[in-house]
Amino acid sequence: MSEKLMVKGTEAIGESAIRAGCRHYFGYPITPQSELTEYMARRLPKIGGVFLQAESEVAVVNMLYGVSCVGKRVMTSTSSPGFSLMQEGISYMACAELPAVFVNVMRGGPGLGDIQPAQGDYFQATKGGGHGDYRMIVLAPSTLQEAVDLTYISFDIAEKYRNPVLILADGMIGQMMEPVEFPEFVDVEKLKEPDWILNGADGRDPRRITSFDIDPHNLEKIILHLMEKYRKAEENEKRWEDFMVDDAEYLFVAYGTMARILKTVVKLARKEGIKVGLIRPITLWPFPYERIEEMAERVGFILAVEMSTGQMVEDVRLAVKGKTEVLFYGRPGGVIPSPFEVLEVLKKYVKKVRV
Amino acid sequence: MKNAEKLKTVVFLKRPESLTDKEFTYCPGCHHGIVHRLVAEVIDELKIRERTILVAPVGCSVFAYEFFNVDGTVAPHGRAPAVATGMKRARPDLVVFTYQGDGDLAAIGTSEIIHAANRGERITVIFINNAVYGMTGGQMAPTTLIGMKTTTSPYGRDEKRDGYPIHIPEMLKEFKGVAFLARTTVSDPVEVIRTKNAIKKAFLAQINDLGLGLVEVLSACPTGWGMDPVEATRWVKEVFSKEYKTGVFVDKVK
Amino acid sequence: MKTTVKGRGYIEIDQQRCKGCGLCINVCPHELIKFSTKFNSKGYHPAEFDDPEGLCPPCGFCYRVCPDTAITVFRIVG
Repeated sequence: MSEKLMVKGTEAIGESAIRAGCRHYFGYPITPQSELTEYMARRLPKIGGVFLQAESEVAVVNMLYGVSCVGKRVMTSTSSPGFSLMQEGISYMACAELPAVFVNVMRGGPGLGDIQPAQGDYFQATKGGGHGDYRMIVLAPSTLQEAVDLTYISFDIAEKYRNPVLILADGMIGQMMEPVEFPEFVDVEKLKEPDWILNGADGRDPRRITSFDIDPHNLEKIILHLMEKYRKAEENEKRWEDFMVDDAEYLFVAYGTMARILKTVVKLARKEGIKVGLIRPITLWPFPYERIEEMAERVGFILAVEMSTGQMVEDVRLAVKGKTEVLFYGRPGGVIPSPFEVLEVLKKYVKKVRV
Repeated sequence: MKNAEKLKTVVFLKRPESLTDKEFTYCPGCHHGIVHRLVAEVIDELKIRERTILVAPVGCSVFAYEFFNVDGTVAPHGRAPAVATGMKRARPDLVVFTYQGDGDLAAIGTSEIIHAANRGERITVIFINNAVYGMTGGQMAPTTLIGMKTTTSPYGRDEKRDGYPIHIPEMLKEFKGVAFLARTTVSDPVEVIRTKNAIKKAFLAQINDLGLGLVEVLSACPTGWGMDPVEATRWVKEVFSKEYKTGVFVDKVK
Repeated sequence: MKTTVKGRGYIEIDQQRCKGCGLCINVCPHELIKFSTKFNSKGYHPAEFDDPEGLCPPCGFCYRVCPDTAITVFRIVG
């Protein structure tokens, strides 16, 4: 499959999920991701899959819960307000150890917000938007090819850790068009059914999938088991991209669309003699703390840039442990900072440091 | 039974296979246990135990999956029909039933049950209406009678403040996706047999690919009502079922 | 119980499972069930089958209303 196709972000994610063996999609219309729902509505019935438009995002997440219980690959996509409605179910799924893939194409918030690209759902995504001690593995693409690649592996990651996985994109990734190369189709027939699913107690004891144990000591054991899995995910799943960091005197940290814009800023700044680099976390949870800490020891400052009022920057500060100054620049509400705007901010801080 | 042991005997009625040995955690005289047994008897008779999945609710019957000898899970409060929808859509060969109380189905879960019914999901819903939230301590439910005292309607349910008792089958009977719909009680042995027949049809509605099957069972909550079990059972018959008329509302199973 | 069983049936009540709710006592047409004077391990006075005349039909009413499936009903054959 070396042929490159020109596709829209939402559709790229949908097609990649299908190629990964996902045949079950439940959704609810919300801008700016409805094209993904529409794509699945067109595509899945033709390949023997299940598409269902639910009555709400609350129902959607519980339908995912049901499909995951019977051991099939399942996904949904939504945008910020809809993702808020799914938090209850995600918390239940995390505790019941049910794999599924969620896509949140972030828009401006809080509240109804607007429908422009934003990054205000970072806390919700990475710190547990629902109740209780749990984590969601969060993958943040910054190009359509990466959206395709991450979606493709997200089902394996979800199943490996028996945990919900989130593709955290923003309206820009969802709406733009780019040439992408799709991976091969997974043979759905050859996907191995896990040994914990509910498929009828035929010749074996009944199985129970639950997020409930009334005995606190038992529940503690369940949660400690989850934490053990999360520790393994932290060991194995951290992903990031280094961009022109080898000789960097200053460092940007950004993810998704913002990181893409910052690559332009890095090049512009270097033309003006400012040696700046970029670290782009690809997994927002687990967050690549160690890599940023290493860089913190070598740079004059770190400038975190987000399409929010500053959420990821808190993880950057945790990573840096005071070893260098952590600065922030962001535009919330669906306003996308331009490269020149960020360049000016960078130059201002560089000037301060040099003085 | 010393003498009887010498006689040749056969078991006439005994605990169904589809129940586990675990003792029910319900209060003395709670009708949940009767309905559990009826569901298990129906599963036994239809020979579907090996392909049946239970979706338990939040409420007193949150432990239901411990009592049934079938695969099971517990859904978030009110969401059982959505969970069951996911299961059934992905595995139409399985028999999926939800077991929900009135707080679960008639308050927080109204959206899920209405749309599952409207889509004609091939699932079976056992709906226990005992007029209160039992697990949390006998608070007012949407099904609480006018004037009825509960821990959150200590002066009696006031229709001006709290609205009116909600009638689920009367509401769902208009949906074309519903294939079987009935309201019953288990307040005497004859009613118990009627309830069992209704439950069987609610399963057949699913098995015969006709649509959603739902049975509302008016049930006693002696603890929540502050009555002894015999008195509570009589109250179902004499008072509760005057507000909620029993009967079959939809029957496409025949 | 006498050797000649008129009703041709009898029941067994699981004394541990029974919570002493009394629903079976209330429905037995022949009043053959009563509360035990003993306590079970849960602290309830369980229901006890008491049929000295051998009158149990066995109609199964008690089984049908028992919320704890504590009752098994037997038919006497032959």
